Amino acid sequence: MSPQTLSTLTILILFLPLASFVLLLALGKRLPRQGDTIATGILFITLALSIVVMIGTLTRAPEPAIPGFPSAPIQSTFTWIDMDATIPVLGQQVPLKIELGIMIDNLVAIMLVVVSLISALVHLFSIGYMHGDKKYSRYFAYLGIFTFSMLGIVVTNTILMMYIFWELVGLSSYLLIGFWYEKPGPAYASKKAFLVNRVGDLGMWIGIMMLFTTYGTFRFDEIFASIAAGNYPFGSSTWLTIAGMCIFCGAIGKSAQFPLHTWLPDAMEGPTPVSALIHAATMVAAGVYLVARVFPMLTGDALLFIAIIGAVTSFIAGTIAIAQNDIKKVLAYSTVSQLGYMVLALGVGAYGAGFFHLVTHAMFKACLFLGSGSVIHAMHHSLHHLHDHDTDPQDLRNMGGLRKKMPWTFATFLIATLAISGVPLFSGFLSKDEILAGAWAFGSLRGGIGLMMPYIGFGVAMMTAFYMFRLVFLMFYGDPKRPDIDAHIHESPATMRIPLIVLSVLSFWFVFSFNPFGAASGWAVKSLPTPVTVTGTHWYPFAHGDGHEAAGPASSATSHETADGGAHETAPAPPTGETITQANPAQEALAHGIHAAHLSAMITSLIVASLGILIAWGVYRRKVIDVDAFTARVRPLHVFLSKKWYFDEIYEQWVVVPFVLFTTRAMAWFDTYVIDGAVNGVASVTRFQSWLSGLFDTYIVDGLVNFSGYFVGFFGIVMRKSQTGRIQTYVVFVVLGVIMLFYVFY
Amino acid sequence: MTVGLTHFLLVAAILFSLGILALATRKNAVMMLMGVELILNSANINLVAFSRYQAMNLDGHLFAIFVIILAAAEAAVALAIVLQIFKQNQTVNADQINKLKE
Repeated sequence: MSPQTLSTLTILILFLPLASFVLLLALGKRLPRQGDTIATGILFITLALSIVVMIGTLTRAPEPAIPGFPSAPIQSTFTWIDMDATIPVLGQQVPLKIELGIMIDNLVAIMLVVVSLISALVHLFSIGYMHGDKKYSRYFAYLGIFTFSMLGIVVTNTILMMYIFWELVGLSSYLLIGFWYEKPGPAYASKKAFLVNRVGDLGMWIGIMMLFTTYGTFRFDEIFASIAAGNYPFGSSTWLTIAGMCIFCGAIGKSAQFPLHTWLPDAMEGPTPVSALIHAATMVAAGVYLVARVFPMLTGDALLFIAIIGAVTSFIAGTIAIAQNDIKKVLAYSTVSQLGYMVLALGVGAYGAGFFHLVTHAMFKACLFLGSGSVIHAMHHSLHHLHDHDTDPQDLRNMGGLRKKMPWTFATFLIATLAISGVPLFSGFLSKDEILAGAWAFGSLRGGIGLMMPYIGFGVAMMTAFYMFRLVFLMFYGDPKRPDIDAHIHESPATMRIPLIVLSVLSFWFVFSFNPFGAASGWAVKSLPTPVTVTGTHWYPFAHGDGHEAAGPASSATSHETADGGAHETAPAPPTGETITQANPAQEALAHGIHAAHLSAMITSLIVASLGILIAWGVYRRKVIDVDAFTARVRPLHVFLSKKWYFDEIYEQWVVVPFVLFTTRAMAWFDTYVIDGAVNGVASVTRFQSWLSGLFDTYIVDGLVNFSGYFVGFFGIVMRKSQTGRIQTYVVFVVLGVIMLFYVFY
Repeated sequence: MTVGLTHFLLVAAILFSLGILALATRKNAVMMLMGVELILNSANINLVAFSRYQAMNLDGHLFAIFVIILAAAEAAVALAIVLQIFKQNQTVNADQINKLKE
């Protein structure tokens, strides 16, 4: 397909969901069925176009590499604002203008399909799930604007446009989380999600501005090319590291990484399909996508920071997920944990693995969320039937034995659980395996703190298998804990079953790779070659062989190019100039290490996953140990975990309360002295002026009016004396008048 | 002493003054009408006198006859009005008929 066709289709893909939003917002309830079929239809068209674009992009002949891109992407840019001025950039004046545009490379193409697929299926699922809601039409409108914003993040080629859509995603997520805003929980959760995201976005904005002031452009390819040419912000690679960390702050917020992860579990207050769309597959993946997008410009130090954040996040969230009883909370912490996994993978330099996990995770986690939505829907209806409005339909402790009543939901949920637990023949195994191999290779190459990555990786893999199977056993196996509820449980309608089936099929291995034990030969990983870093020697100082001798090429001289003589066999000795697009030796070393670690990582991950599943089976199915007694024995730990490491309490105590206190005081002062002062001042001036004009009115205007009145009245009184009404008087006057006229004229 | 124009004019002036006096002082409406008759007749005397002593034609006589006819008509109308006034007010006293005042 020609680049023009691909660009046109991409623009169409971007704006179709916006059209759905505008249509539903404007016409809404006047449309047939309140417009749900229209919105869903538009999204399926978007999905079809996205698949066309993906196939067209992946089958294109590779273009020559440019800095930061393994193959030059298709770009289409226009100038949004031309300031008609110049700014000094790197010692010369360049025009100050802001460009927007779209870009299509393999990353974008795959992401387009992921977003539009999940969005289309969520639309379909919502027809059943949201049936009968008061704001049914507006719900679909919000889904439209969300999909538009998310696609906007994906297709852009300037970081500013990405930031704009980033905020739009924040807005639409706010609208969707707070969809039932009349209840206090969703209203609070939407506010929290928005504000916590703002914290991260501030850092991202600072990073963007650092890049813009240095390079005078927002375009990724130009920034990468300039870095590749050896230009660093403020002339120092440390500042490049800081800029990368700042941009990563945006990802910390959106992808719910430690320490800003607290909003995501609360966001479960929104409708469950929304959780599947936003909080499993797309919005939270935006942060990972951002890191993947700026991956070439991240230095080794920035990547280490990212990896540590990812590892810490996945560990904390994994431990919390074990102790939750709300099924959506378990899935939410599982999502946070898996996002930490992806971030960890990108941080250790396993670019393809991290992004591949994003794709597979989007499928099976959306399936899990929609499956839980199906269960909640059934529970809710049953409780409604019983006129029970106090029991929580999301509480695990009220479920059990659902597999007989909801076979479709059970089967799809089980497949997705197997996928997320890393069982072979499922997609999660492939991507998790890649990540663990990356972490393993990183640990052995980096040593020191790098060793934490594989340990945490395997630990989290075991925890994931454990808590996911705990969920399955408690929900679907055993005897119903509340037989009265169980009696009224029914399988969900077809509109809800179809998305589940589609997503569970997409959780199998053959979708991504025909070899069930290695993703490397599959299309997904093959089409995502790691872009060569443009930071040169500022990347991780890895070399082939023993990682502990990490004598990087940092010592070797002025050039940031591949100068560590002969340490690798693939890249030829660098000639002069644009060798930056050639392989970086450290990345080569890492790729080599990943390849070597692959088998051992796979075996270890199999062992830990089966261990996790086995423990869950033993504890919750065979009841080898009594859960309640065990919980009571480790009570402090259990409370600590079920209270989510007290993050919310700590933030409440140390951030929210002092901040609120300070701001209320400051605002009160401002209100009393500035606002009130201004109001009172204006009031005094007005009063003085009205007093003056009152005087003018009383004495001058009224004086004139009264004077003319009195004047006329006075003469009236005088003149009326002559009007006696006696005819004889008039006769006398006539005579006198005639005599007078006589005298006057003669 | 020959009777000249001046004597006629003097008589007419006296008559006119008496007419005005009657008009201005008598309270009875009928009396006031009689004053008007005196004024008209003083004018007649003037007309005839000027006709006799100045123009030497019959124009003055003609006018005098007109005036007499008009006076008759006027007397008829005015008396009718006076009758109506009496009907309304049970009086023909001009002092008491001051409704024009307001």
